[in-house]
Amino acid sequence: MSDIRPEAEAKHSATQKPPLDPHLKALENEAIHIFREVAAEFERPVMLYSIGKDSSVLLHLARKAFYPGRVPFPLLHVNTGWKFAEMIAFRDKVVKDYDLDLIEHINPRGAAENVTPFTHGSALYTDIMKTEALRQALDAGKFDAAFGGARRDEEASRAKERIYSFRTPDHRWDPRNQRPELWNIYNGMIRNGESVRAFPLSNWTEVDIWRYIQAEDIPIVPLYFAEKRPYVERDGMMILAEDPRLELLPGEVKQEGVIRFRTLGCFPLTGAIRSNATTLDDIIAELETATVSERQGRAIDRDQSGSMEKKKREGYF
Amino acid sequence: MTVSATATAEVFSLEETAPEHARAIRDSRPLRLITCGSVDDGKSTLIGRLLWDTKAVKEDQAATLHRDSGKQNDLGLPDFALLLDGLQAEREQGITIDVAYRYFSTDRRSFIVADTPGHEQYTRNMATGASTADLAVLLVDARAGILEQTRRHATIASLMGIRQFVLAVNKIDLTNYDRAGFEQITHDFKEFALTLGVKQIVAIPMSALKGENVVYDGRAAMPWYDGPTLVETLEKATTRSNQTVGFRLPVQRVSRPGESFRGYQGTVAGGSVKPGDSVVILPSGMVANVSKIVTFDLVRNAAVAGDAITLVLDRQVDVARGDMIVAIDSQPMTGRGFDAQLVALQPDGIEPGKRYWLKSGSRRQRVSVEPVSQLDLKSSKWSATDKLGMNAIGKVHLTFDEQAIFDSYEQNRTTGAFILIDPDTNNTVAGGMITGRRSEIGGIHKDDQRVLLSLPADLAEKIMATELFANRRQDVDVRHTSAGRAAEILADLDE
Repeated sequence: MSDIRPEAEAKHSATQKPPLDPHLKALENEAIHIFREVAAEFERPVMLYSIGKDSSVLLHLARKAFYPGRVPFPLLHVNTGWKFAEMIAFRDKVVKDYDLDLIEHINPRGAAENVTPFTHGSALYTDIMKTEALRQALDAGKFDAAFGGARRDEEASRAKERIYSFRTPDHRWDPRNQRPELWNIYNGMIRNGESVRAFPLSNWTEVDIWRYIQAEDIPIVPLYFAEKRPYVERDGMMILAEDPRLELLPGEVKQEGVIRFRTLGCFPLTGAIRSNATTLDDIIAELETATVSERQGRAIDRDQSGSMEKKKREGYF
Repeated sequence: MTVSATATAEVFSLEETAPEHARAIRDSRPLRLITCGSVDDGKSTLIGRLLWDTKAVKEDQAATLHRDSGKQNDLGLPDFALLLDGLQAEREQGITIDVAYRYFSTDRRSFIVADTPGHEQYTRNMATGASTADLAVLLVDARAGILEQTRRHATIASLMGIRQFVLAVNKIDLTNYDRAGFEQITHDFKEFALTLGVKQIVAIPMSALKGENVVYDGRAAMPWYDGPTLVETLEKATTRSNQTVGFRLPVQRVSRPGESFRGYQGTVAGGSVKPGDSVVILPSGMVANVSKIVTFDLVRNAAVAGDAITLVLDRQVDVARGDMIVAIDSQPMTGRGFDAQLVALQPDGIEPGKRYWLKSGSRRQRVSVEPVSQLDLKSSKWSATDKLGMNAIGKVHLTFDEQAIFDSYEQNRTTGAFILIDPDTNNTVAGGMITGRRSEIGGIHKDDQRVLLSLPADLAEKIMATELFANRRQDVDVRHTSAGRAAEILADLDE
């Protein structure tokens, strides 16, 4: 199965593509407006690219916003070294196909101190390999604005975050002292060293993301579709058992089953779901009757309640 | 006067666009609403109930709630307030600090809710939530009735341009479903709302805790109420649009990917545009024609308010970020002096004569702000002032160094809105709405024929609420004063 559908072909043969419904069109318009505003107001924007479905939508919107020009900022992928192999292959193809500038950053402490999700626990691992790594990359690039694909419906502290989310020079977020944000007028004034995280998908929900992927024929990592895959059960999650670095613990057995992923992160920390959804229609139908949220498959959100807020205050996206 | 419960079902009948039949979720943009009310009126419970009964809350989120609170209400449902109060300080203090945005949908439509705090010191967040809302849900406790905070929130919401209100008379179960009490509260509110010029009000008796008249009807408990539930009302409400006014495109950026292409990127803030239309670039005043509208998908033959587009003109003209491309036959106001109303959002308030940054659309310019009067939310009266404290609502004069471009907020909620930024802190210190332009002498041209009229304040308010007046607001100079002072001024004139 090819990782990326021939997008250019899809686009041009599909001039007949039906127009977006007003709901998705309104969300798209808002996101494009935010992209253009940030690109115009900031000197060194960058787009956080995590390869997941939200990032795929974000990238698609960026391409639309600046068409017929190129996307006028680089993509930043904060890698941990523990992503699904299919994600990396997908990323490289996207970058090539769409003529994008990609910056990849891996926290050197990962290799130097052998930080892994198995040895350090999900909380410390995430702190070092994602939060700290992100700070390093943003500092190195002197970026004053960073786009992210976070949605307010994902998690309680995100529900309160502004579209332009102000950060101090050490990347801290002060949730109690956010700038008021009225209408669609964004305050992009910052001092040297300060920065803004900008969230064009703030008002999108998970269903919106999938319906937009379908309507716009946006390529996504195949792990989102159900397929027979090897896995092991660990801490109540189904972990993909493809990477040779995954060592089975006593009592664990490799199994096979038709599974897929609702979100994608580091493979040892991301749980699959049993599903027969092999098409976008299937996924949307499954979602509309889903009784659990998408972050349920994420180990890092379970550490403690309010854990996302804590991580965000320290600079996590 | 008695207000019958059925009469409240008149709903938003003034709007011509709300069809009776079901409309699919796909057919409209999300309805944006704000919930507000006094502390403890049960806002968070109401939104929690909306999310729960529309299945927007998932099992694992509910489980987290159970785990965190160990608390359940007497119906065995989770503590909804915890679902919304996402910040740790809020959970600790049991109050809502910041605006929370929530999302739910029904078969017919999707909704974005801004849940705003009831505490007075967080009025600024209420203004933030109201700025983008199509409709306001005002909660009152059926036992307490209309409070000062209710009036304050209704005033702010109407000032921010909201014209559709739902009066949610909550905790009706605690009054034994007292119909007379509900009707009294409805009556009180409608009387007050009239002074704000708000006519589209649906009053609903409800129990958010028990889920009566929120998503499911409460007929079993309240057979006397046969009006719509909250969700039915929201499904029928109209979304606001700037499509019927003149074309406006605030230019966000100029796209020049190569020598052969030059396009102006922005979001249409009013009216519509098609190739061949004549446009003016403001503030320069240069004229051009639209040659095409470019988007990623295809070259379009028209664009309307809300569309993010790239406009190509038929000739080389100088256009930069912050300029506005507008219809040649329906232009906005330009000038260096404007009148506005604003809400002060920060502890320092608005200082007289201080020079702020003003941002409207993509345009940012220096402005000096002179407070003129302040609204007393208790009495709904304006009184003269030269300084506005935090949370104050005031009328101000704006004086710009360079030409500014606005519509009145009344006519266009995008090109009539602005924020003020403090150049010392870079913080957003006010949200403002343009009411009109001022020219050299107090908004009045020297040689025009004028009439001075001294009226009782209540009569003047009624006249000012008329459409004819609103349409020519920028031509009129209104000052409030005492009857005695008015008599003196008129006497001076006669001499």
